[in-house]
Amino acid sequence: MRHTISLLLENESGALSRVAGLFSARGYNIESLTVAATEDPTVSRMTLVTRGSDHIIEQITKQLNKLVDVIKLIDLTEGVHIERELMLVKINVPTSNQREEVKRLVDIFRGKIIDVNHNYTVELTGTSKKLNAFIKALENMKILEVVRSGILGIGRGDINLHL
Amino acid sequence: MNEDANEADQITGANILINSLVAEDVKFLFGYPGGAVLHIYDALFQQNKVQHILVRHEQGATHAADGYARATGKPGVALVTSGPGATNAITGIATAYMDSIPMIVITGQVSSALIGNDAFQEVDSIGISRPCVKHNFLVKDVNELATTIKKAFYIATTGRPGPVIIDIPKDITAHKAVFEYPETIQMRSYKPVLNGHMGQIRRAAELILSAKRPVIYTGGGVIMANASKELIEFTRLLGFPITQTLMGLGSYPANDPLFIGMLGMHGAYETNTAMHQADVLIAIGARFDDRVTGDLEQFCPNTKIIHIDIDPASISKTVTVDIPIVGTVDRVLTALINIIKETDKKPDANALAAWWQQIKTWKQEKKSLAYNRNSDRIKPQFVIEKLSELTKGEIFVTSDVGQHQMFVAQFYQFLQPRRWINSGGLGTMGFGLPAAMGVQLAYPDDTVVCVTGEASIQMCIQELSTCKQFDLPIKIINLNNGYMGMVRQWQEMFYENRCSHSYVDSLPDFMRLAESYGHVGMKVEKPSDVEAALKEALAIKDKLVFMDIIIDPTENVYPMVAAGKSHNEMVLRPEGELA
Repeated sequence: MRHTISLLLENESGALSRVAGLFSARGYNIESLTVAATEDPTVSRMTLVTRGSDHIIEQITKQLNKLVDVIKLIDLTEGVHIERELMLVKINVPTSNQREEVKRLVDIFRGKIIDVNHNYTVELTGTSKKLNAFIKALENMKILEVVRSGILGIGRGDINLHL
Repeated sequence: MNEDANEADQITGANILINSLVAEDVKFLFGYPGGAVLHIYDALFQQNKVQHILVRHEQGATHAADGYARATGKPGVALVTSGPGATNAITGIATAYMDSIPMIVITGQVSSALIGNDAFQEVDSIGISRPCVKHNFLVKDVNELATTIKKAFYIATTGRPGPVIIDIPKDITAHKAVFEYPETIQMRSYKPVLNGHMGQIRRAAELILSAKRPVIYTGGGVIMANASKELIEFTRLLGFPITQTLMGLGSYPANDPLFIGMLGMHGAYETNTAMHQADVLIAIGARFDDRVTGDLEQFCPNTKIIHIDIDPASISKTVTVDIPIVGTVDRVLTALINIIKETDKKPDANALAAWWQQIKTWKQEKKSLAYNRNSDRIKPQFVIEKLSELTKGEIFVTSDVGQHQMFVAQFYQFLQPRRWINSGGLGTMGFGLPAAMGVQLAYPDDTVVCVTGEASIQMCIQELSTCKQFDLPIKIINLNNGYMGMVRQWQEMFYENRCSHSYVDSLPDFMRLAESYGHVGMKVEKPSDVEAALKEALAIKDKLVFMDIIIDPTENVYPMVAAGKSHNEMVLRPEGELA
């Protein structure tokens, strides 16, 4: 099963490699991983998406908790939560028909065109499913580049991960 | 404070390091000098509080620090230079990591400005060591050095212990700062759980008291937690059979009637069979290692399992347990003992008596540790039995890895914790001799015996020179069969006797080799000479004695649970071998 795990960790050099190293050393999957400092510059927040049986996920959370740099951890999948991903897509749009089509799709998907020349660059946020659907909708277009941020997650309501 | 006064109070990073080690009550520093640690060595030269033990290879430094830690319970400390110094130390660090040994390894690093330039003797020590340390630090500012060392000792010695590396660039050891060693340390990201959950402990007590076929199974965690006393009280209170892993031996006296021997791959028949048929298993400070469990699918098939461990990640890692309790072994056992004493319920005496009878019957029927006592070749088991008889569990025994290690585990009666020093998890050949150095330095008046084989001993034999320099009167028992015995045994059993590269050709004359280092060499070839030779060697108190004992080259370790097989599929010694 797919799990989204959020971690607070010390914002120190090497903390990211400890997490990544743990996954490779123990043969766990990482589907996506994002990390950046929080409002407190000494703390980083990481969102990690992984897959495994309940047994594996239990081990993953225990092993992550065991890392000295990890301050706190929550498996967002255990409660209601929100996931968002940011995507930038550069599309080749030489004809006006194609430009119209892309504009229409961007409106439907509530995205933004953020760079315009002979190519359009579209910015889109949403769940991974929505981003996939957008790419699928562009089937007849020439996609030049896709950049995705990986998933960010946050618990709904009072499910908080803070110090 | 004016700036001049401040300047006068400042000392170099090298001196901060040494002052910090003194503050941590470090007596010995096992090390080897090199470019990146020259400032530290210069500071060492000018003090006499920490004794530096010059090893002959950095692997030896880490194993010696490890041996010191295992015997004393205090963290061992090693100092090595950058690059090859650090990489040579890795084997010893991984060894300590696998057995949860508190250890501090200080690695020199090239100067800060050179890091990342592929400088001379540069290696990413933090990166290389990451998978085999509890934690590691790269010191980037001399003002953080003392706090970093404090954190390192705190992390290494608390929770589930383990090795911690402090990587110090050369320039940091020359920079100056005011030395202030923190008395305590708080880390928001590291807070080991100490007390077990009382609800879980009560549930465990209930299950324990309802057991009909119980087994207590304990590991190295009992020794790490110094919980021998609690374990003995707990076990005797219940009268349950107790078995121990390779790492757990000594924390319960082997001559006690409740002790049913080591379990696992080379555990006794009755012990593994009891595991297989137990209805309640109480696992204490043990981690269900594959050498203990065999086939996980068939491990303890009808057993309710209680698992007490300091490390939550050890619980239900390989074997799913029914009642997990996270906490230090001593505290959880104390709580359990109190509950069991207070309750009116008692263990089912009839069921327990029948269970004991069953275990005794298995033991008598199979005699799974028997060996041929009438051979005209020296049997390794005989040597260890004699050693055990002569020394009565009052010595320290270190070992390397292989058949000889298993023979010690099976035939030496350990009566106290921290007396049996061996590499269990990583299985590091070359561990025994340097580990014995650490033990002998910690206990200069005690007898320290290193049981080894002719293959293992050659992996760190250069340390015979260190032993001479520091007058370490270790007794080396080299069970010489000319083979990597355990490799050969597997090749015999699983590869149709194709002994691929397991014969150790062109051996040195060990007796003369030992003598050339200035030690006493002995060679023993007849069974009838073993006892006298052991007595003679043990009587030499002021010199290292290297006993080269030529044993039966065909002897194998039995019984055996082949890798991936289950406890009820043991291979016993072929009857023809027992003539």
